[in-house]
Formats: sequence, structure tokens, C-alpha cells
Amino acid sequence: MTKYHPLSELFKARLREFVREPETIFWVYAFPVLLAIGLGIAFRNRPAERVFVDVQQHVSAEEVAKSLRSKPDFVVAIHSKPECLDRLRLGKSALVVIPGDPYTFLFDPTRPESVLARQQVDDALQRAAGRKDPLPTADRHITEPGTRYIDFLIPGLLGMNLLAGSMWGVGYVIVDMRVRKLLKRFAATPMKRSHFLWSALGGRMAFMIPEVVVILGTGVLLFGFPIRGNIFAILFLSLLGAASFAGLGLLVACRAQKVETVSGLMNLIMMPMWLLSGVFFSPERFPDILQPFIKILPLTHFNYALRAVILEGASLSSQFWRLALIAAWGGISYFFTLRWFRWN
Amino acid sequence: MKSSSPAEPVISCRGLHKQYTGRGGSVNAVNGLDLEIRRGECFGLLGPNGAGKTTTIEIFEGLLRPTSGDVEVLGMRWGDNDNELRQRIGISLQETRFTERLTVIETLVLFRSFYRNGKNPADVMDAVGLREKAKSWIGKLSGGQRQRLAVACALVGDPSLLFLDEPTTGLDPQSRRQLWDVIRRLQQEGCTVLLTTHYMDEAERLCNRLAVIDHGKVIAMGSPGELISGLGGEHMIEFALANGTGALDDLFAGLPSVKEVRSDVNGIALTVSEPHIAIPALLGRLQSQKLELARLSTRQASLEDVFVGLTGRHLRDDEISSTE
Ligand SMILES: Nc1ncnc2c1ncn2[C@@H]1O[C@H](COP(=O)(O)OP(=O)(O)OP(=O)(O)O)[C@@H](O)[C@H]1O
Ligand SMILES: [Mg+2]
Repeated sequence: MTKYHPLSELFKARLREFVREPETIFWVYAFPVLLAIGLGIAFRNRPAERVFVDVQQHVSAEEVAKSLRSKPDFVVAIHSKPECLDRLRLGKSALVVIPGDPYTFLFDPTRPESVLARQQVDDALQRAAGRKDPLPTADRHITEPGTRYIDFLIPGLLGMNLLAGSMWGVGYVIVDMRVRKLLKRFAATPMKRSHFLWSALGGRMAFMIPEVVVILGTGVLLFGFPIRGNIFAILFLSLLGAASFAGLGLLVACRAQKVETVSGLMNLIMMPMWLLSGVFFSPERFPDILQPFIKILPLTHFNYALRAVILEGASLSSQFWRLALIAAWGGISYFFTLRWFRWN
Repeated sequence: MKSSSPAEPVISCRGLHKQYTGRGGSVNAVNGLDLEIRRGECFGLLGPNGAGKTTTIEIFEGLLRPTSGDVEVLGMRWGDNDNELRQRIGISLQETRFTERLTVIETLVLFRSFYRNGKNPADVMDAVGLREKAKSWIGKLSGGQRQRLAVACALVGDPSLLFLDEPTTGLDPQSRRQLWDVIRRLQQEGCTVLLTTHYMDEAERLCNRLAVIDHGKVIAMGSPGELISGLGGEHMIEFALANGTGALDDLFAGLPSVKEVRSDVNGIALTVSEPHIAIPALLGRLQSQKLELARLSTRQASLEDVFVGLTGRHLRDDEISSTE
């Protein structure tokens, strides 16, 4: 008679369950790709920002407007004083120019585009008045692969997806089994508890590889995303990240008796990391007070390490401390999972 | 290894207590329970909702720890060599939802893989009549087929002791009878079966012996025949009066062959040993009291009557209305 090995049967069951569920396939593979495409297009070849400038009615208003219109980025209109104020408040214009002596710029200094507009309008007016710049300067725009927003985004999306996939694919799945009393049913058999946990982890590792391929592949094929690092280093890093995040998934699943509880716990863990850990923009943008917190989150270090390895071709050993921190999160999670896990 | 002496009980428990403490105070789900289950028998735990059947069976299964009391299963105790015990018992929980996107055969192979020795999953499918559903997803099975799958998962490790918690609840009569056949065949193969139910007909037909449980205690134990004859009479006369029932119980208590009188909203029930004596006497009494009869019927006494006799309540809440 055929001998069945429990670990491989549990693993096969997990794989079958996963591939037979079209919804999860969508969320794990299609959703990040659509997000990459959407954001990639939104931030690609952005036309030069147009600057809306109003000139307050005045005898020389027409003249001022004419000299500003010579620059193609400016959209210039002349309005009465109250109209100008209203339009500024409503954000329809970034800046109001009040001709006179001196020329006055009316704007809100906390609006970045207003500050920018003030600089540019001032420049244009000074030049029109005959200013000669003593230092000749020139602009060159960088849009080559490796420095664009999409290049920043793709590794971040991969990090986000590995975290979400591990949390849902391990945490949610296990709590769902507990709700269905299937965990209790398993516990009533001679099944080794470790086999069950290994199969959950093994399943997660198996689904992770296509995730990496699909997300990075989309970047390479659609956006010319540059992969400068060693492919095995990237895979190793992804494996480490997914395993560590799976530990977090197990941890939230330890005791939760309802899928609502575990969904809440997972969001509590994932949301701050998606926001703070440098998925969509650099974590350095957040205030100093948040930095110590940001620096202990595993996804922060995962994203930094992944960007370094992929975009700069950094070696894994150069990322040692980041890897160690990610591994420590995983280790601590597994330790407490083994102590706290409930089968019924 | 087990000794094969037939006298040695497969399960024995003494002074079993299980207390749940929660926000609303504590519940004594099992409250001093003594049981002995013999090798090869089909033993039933019969009781209403909340009687403590599931709690008791899950303590035997090693899934719950008793608050106090002593339990021995197959000559072993939980906590000593649990894996060995688990290799030899089969379990069907009151409520398990198997993974919907696995097929019947995949699920059985999975459960088979947990056991050192066991049955061929295909044979088990035959035994419970799920052969033609082998490749169907569990999500596509009917309720009865899922129950049979649960029993199949309990069988696939070739257990010598089988626990079935309400295996037929919610099934139509046809599916219930099919499951009964499966259980009888197992018993013939030498398997000891412990099942819980709140269907008295199921207990009567399937069980060699049973314990009637209420509020966590055994209130009666024996074979179905013994329990019924314990009523003093094996027949029931049920009747109703045209102008309603008053406090008339005393009127009929003294009639010849009448052992017990009970009345409820549906009418009056007499437990009698010899209906051919009791009925003429009853009719005579009604006539002399100028009471008019609306309905009269007789039937064999059942375990339901045993339960009502012991507790004054019905096994299931819907029982009162379903007698009409
Ligand atoms: N986990 C628990 N926490 C608190 N009380 C519980 C728990 N499980 C069961 N009980 C209580 O213990 C008592 C016995 O429950 P049990 O499930 O053993 O009854 P049962 O005889 O199996 O009933 P049913 O026929 O409805 O399945 C009930 O009063 C129930 O409310
Ligand atoms: Mg129960």
C-alpha cells in the first residue's frame, strides 16, 4: 500500500487550496501588478507642472501679465482684488502679484507650489526688468532607469506584498481553520504539531517565488526596471522576509477565535508598516520623533535592503544588520507562537 | 499493548467534573459522572441540549481536561502517551467544516497520512458510500455526505475505539439510516463505538447500552430494553378531553395497571403494563365522571418516555408539538 507522508500531504493540501481559490490568486499576484502599472503610469513622464498666477488689477497689470506669459509654464489671469483673494484661498491660483512699488507677492508660505511660483515669478519679472545673471546655468533632467519613482516603487511593492501575503496566507488561513474546528480535528489525530506549522510556512514559501517573479517581471518588462543585483541574493532576501513575516502571521493567529479578530490584528500590524516603512515614499520624510519607531519595523529594513541589492547591486553581507533584524523579528515570533498557540 | 480481556473496560471514568468559568458565572457542564464502556459495544450518551454530552466525549478524546475526576481510555491515561492513544482512536466532532476546495479522496488521504497504520482511503469511501463523490470538492457535498465524510475521516486510521458526536443530527431519515448501517458494520468488525445523540430512536436501534444524561449527571443507564421496562409498563395511553384538561391526574392514578400519570398541554399520558385492562377501566372512569373524550391512542413506550419520566421534560424542545 502507498505510504503517505504527513508533511507532504499537508503541504499538498495547502497548495491545492491556494490554487483553487481565484480570489486569493488575484490579491496575491494580480493586485500588486495592477498597482505597479497604475502608479507607474501616474508618475511617468509627468508634464511640467503648470503654475497658476493671478495679477491684481492695476494700470500696469496687462504689461506684467504679458511678460509672465512669455514663459510657457505660467497660466496668468488678471482679476480684481477680492477675486484674487478668493481664488488664492480656494487654491485656484498659487500666487497673486500686486503691481506697484514694491511689487508684492501674496501667497501662503506653507503651500509648496506657491513658494515655487513666487521664486519663478520673481525671476521672470527681474529678467524682464533687465536683470543679467552673473553665473550662466543650465538644467539637465534625469529620467534614466534606476532613478525614477517607479524604480523606487517596485521594491516597495514587493515588500508590501510579501508582508500582506505572509499575514493573510498564514495568519488568516490558520484562524479560519480554527473557526471551522478543523484545527481541533487535526489535534485529535496523531498528526505532529510541527508538521502542521512547517506546512503552513512551506506553502507560504512556495507562493512567494511567483510573487517575486511577477512583480519584478512587470517592472522589467513594462518600465525597464533595472535589476543590478544578484538574482539569488534577491531571492534569499525575499525568502528571509517572507519567512519572518510569516512568523508575524503565526503570532497573530495564536489565540484569535474569530476571523474578525485576526483581520483587525493584521491590519494593526500591516498599516503602520505600509505607511512608514518606505513602500510608497522614503521613511526619512517622517518627523524625527517617529524615526526610532520606523527603525525597528522589519519592513523598513527589508525595503532598504531590497532596494540596495536590486538597484545598487549591493552584496548581502553589506546588509548584514538589516538581515539580522528581520531574522530576529521572525525568531521572536516563532518562539512566542510555539508557547501560545491554541488548537481549539 | 492492550490486554484482550473482554471484561476490561475500554473507557472508564469516575467522579468526572468539568466546570467552565465565564463572565456569567460558572457552569458545571459535567457534574460527577461515572461510566464504564465495554469492549465491542456501541454505547450511547443520550441527553437534551446542554446536558454535557460533548464535554464528556471531548474529555474522553483528550481534547478537554477535566476539572477533576479520573479517566482511563484503552487502559491508558491522557498525558502519558497521547500519540499512542491517538493512533488508536477515531473521532468525529460535533461540528467540523473540512476545507471546501479539497476533494473527498484528498481529505481522506490527508487524514490517513497522520496514522502509522490505517485503512485504504478508497475502502473507507466505499464503506460510507462516498465512492462516486471521490473527486468532488467538499464544498459541493450535501449535509449528509459531509457527515459521512466526517465519519470516514474517523475511520481511516483503523481505530479500535470510535467517538461520534451527534453523527446524524440534521440528516434526513434516509441518510440517518445509511449512517446507522455504517456504524453497525463497524461494530461487527469489533470496533467499540461511543456516540452521542438526542434522537431516542437512534439510541434505541443502535446502542447496546446507553446512559441518559441531564445537567452533567447520569440519570439512568442500561440497555434500551432495560430502561424502558424500568418504567413499570411498556405501553403508553395518550388521550385528550373535549373540554380541556384540569388537574385530573389523581382521577386516573388509581386505575388498574396504570403505573404513572402525566399531563401536559397536549393531554394526558398513562404508563401502563397491560393496555387491555387499563383501557376499559379508563373509559368507565370517564363515563362515570361525564367527561367526553376528544382523542385516544396507544403506543409502545420509548426512551423519550424514560427521559420525561425521569426529568419531567422532553429531550428536544420540538418534541411536544411533534407528538400531535
Ligand atoms: N467553552 C465553553 N465555555 C463555557 N461553557 C461551555 C463551553 N462549552 C460548553 N459549555 C456549557 O456546558 C454545558 C454543556 O455543554 P455541552 O456542549 O457538553 O452539551 P451537549 O450535551 O453536547 O449539548 P448539545 O446537544 O447541544 O450538543 C452547556 O451548558 C454549555 O453552555
Ligand atoms: Mg454536543
